[in-house]
Amino acid sequence: MAAMAISASIRPAGRRLLRGLVLPTILLVLWELSSKTGLIDARFLPPLETIARTAWAETLDGALLAHLGASLARNLAGFFIGTAIGIAFGALLGLSRLANLLFGPTFHAAKQVAVLAWIPIISIWFGFAETAKIVFIAIAAFVPVAMNTQEGIEGAAAQLVEVARALRFNRRQLFVRVFLPSATPSILTGVHLALIYSWLATVAAEYFMTVGPGIGGLIIAGRERFQMDLVMLGVVILGVVGFSLNTGASLLEARLLRWRDG
Amino acid sequence: MSVFDLASAYRGSVFAIALDRMRTLTIATIVPLTVLVIWAIASAQGWLPEQILPPPAYVWQNLLEMVRNGDLAQHASISAIRVLVGFTVGASLGLLLGIAMGLSEAVDDYVRPLFTAIAQVPTLGWIPLLMLFLGIGEALKIVIIAKAAFIPMVLNTAAGIRGIPPGYAEVARVFRFTRWQLLRRLVLPAAVPPIFTGIRYGLTKAWTALVAVELLASAEGLGYLLVWGRQMFWLDTMIVGMILIGLAGYVMDKVLATIETRLQSWRISGR
Repeated sequence: MAAMAISASIRPAGRRLLRGLVLPTILLVLWELSSKTGLIDARFLPPLETIARTAWAETLDGALLAHLGASLARNLAGFFIGTAIGIAFGALLGLSRLANLLFGPTFHAAKQVAVLAWIPIISIWFGFAETAKIVFIAIAAFVPVAMNTQEGIEGAAAQLVEVARALRFNRRQLFVRVFLPSATPSILTGVHLALIYSWLATVAAEYFMTVGPGIGGLIIAGRERFQMDLVMLGVVILGVVGFSLNTGASLLEARLLRWRDG
Repeated sequence: MSVFDLASAYRGSVFAIALDRMRTLTIATIVPLTVLVIWAIASAQGWLPEQILPPPAYVWQNLLEMVRNGDLAQHASISAIRVLVGFTVGASLGLLLGIAMGLSEAVDDYVRPLFTAIAQVPTLGWIPLLMLFLGIGEALKIVIIAKAAFIPMVLNTAAGIRGIPPGYAEVARVFRFTRWQLLRRLVLPAAVPPIFTGIRYGLTKAWTALVAVELLASAEGLGYLLVWGRQMFWLDTMIVGMILIGLAGYVMDKVLATIETRLQSWRISGR
């Protein structure tokens, strides 16, 4: 019965931390031992210090930063374009019944196609260079923003809209004072998702359109040359960037929504 | 009000709803039809080279051709089997770990940090890494799809079990439920809806992972159809592939969403 953790009890934080470190430590030690003793081919599982050395060398000669910078730049470019169009499109669908009837079904049908499946066709239309990547990243960011903006505007309380009409708000006032504030939390959720999706899209775009620098290209190059250390380094960076973007967005979201909680 | 009035009012409302539906549907087709017409005119007039934009009739013929010669069924069934196997493996393991993490604080303490770290690296990151370990065979696809389904399954199952109101657990304690009764009568029924949410997310993720892995490393399947079409500059094949990928994803999600709603309503009425 004691093992049942149904009612959350307060656990000593120190013990939790220690327990959490057990598995990763065991794994790392096993890894180090197996590559040191040659149990597993070092080409498959390079020793940790090799990966650290690769990271250090790549950082020193500036290559890593150049790749990372290129990835982040196109990530942000696509993210901003997709988000801006997404908010405009979502607001249009949310505000105008006619627009929703006209474009809504097509939009909801098109978004069913897994976003990765757009890559081949985009590469035919836009080539393999920067434009194609940014278009793809923008599509990935556009979908969640448009969806959440529309939902947010449609979710504005009917009473508020009624009051605003009674106060004879004009269209601009109605939008700025009623719809926009009501929709802000939902829009931010969409933007947050867009930030995550656009980073994944950046990596995917770089995998498939391997022209120019980028973290995704780095990983693919490492795979082709069978440089496990490079691949692992790239994958770790990929995870860390995604994690940082996510955490940053959460913090920003909480800050921007402070007014709501009082 | 006479019975006839009621009947006509009823009929009127049904009629009105049907009319409204039809109007909605008609308006909804305006945009796709317009696109189709512009597309047809553009390719008939040769505004764009055929490799960039094949006439819609080609796409349609190609679809029929691929249905007739069985190509489409073959690619689709290969993809379906991959998703099914990978999802089943990943979701079952995820269910087990999720239950363990939900029931036992110790397991949660030990496993969660490592799990979170693994979950941080997206499926796309695992593909090149695992390609070096596993090659580009069937094992790679199954592992990638299983991993994609595993993560949401663990998270939702563990959260579902943790989320059981303490009051219920107390009642169970008062009744002196044995461990088995507790699991059978309280934990599982209460956790079914969140677990199902995990299944739904898991399947969606598994489908996306399938597309990713088939685009990057495959010689068959729906994702490969896109790569192949890309290489041959067969836009019609690619468009057919995209439509199928969208359709399959949509149908799976709709079916699961319907079941999910059923499960939720059962839960509410059961109280």
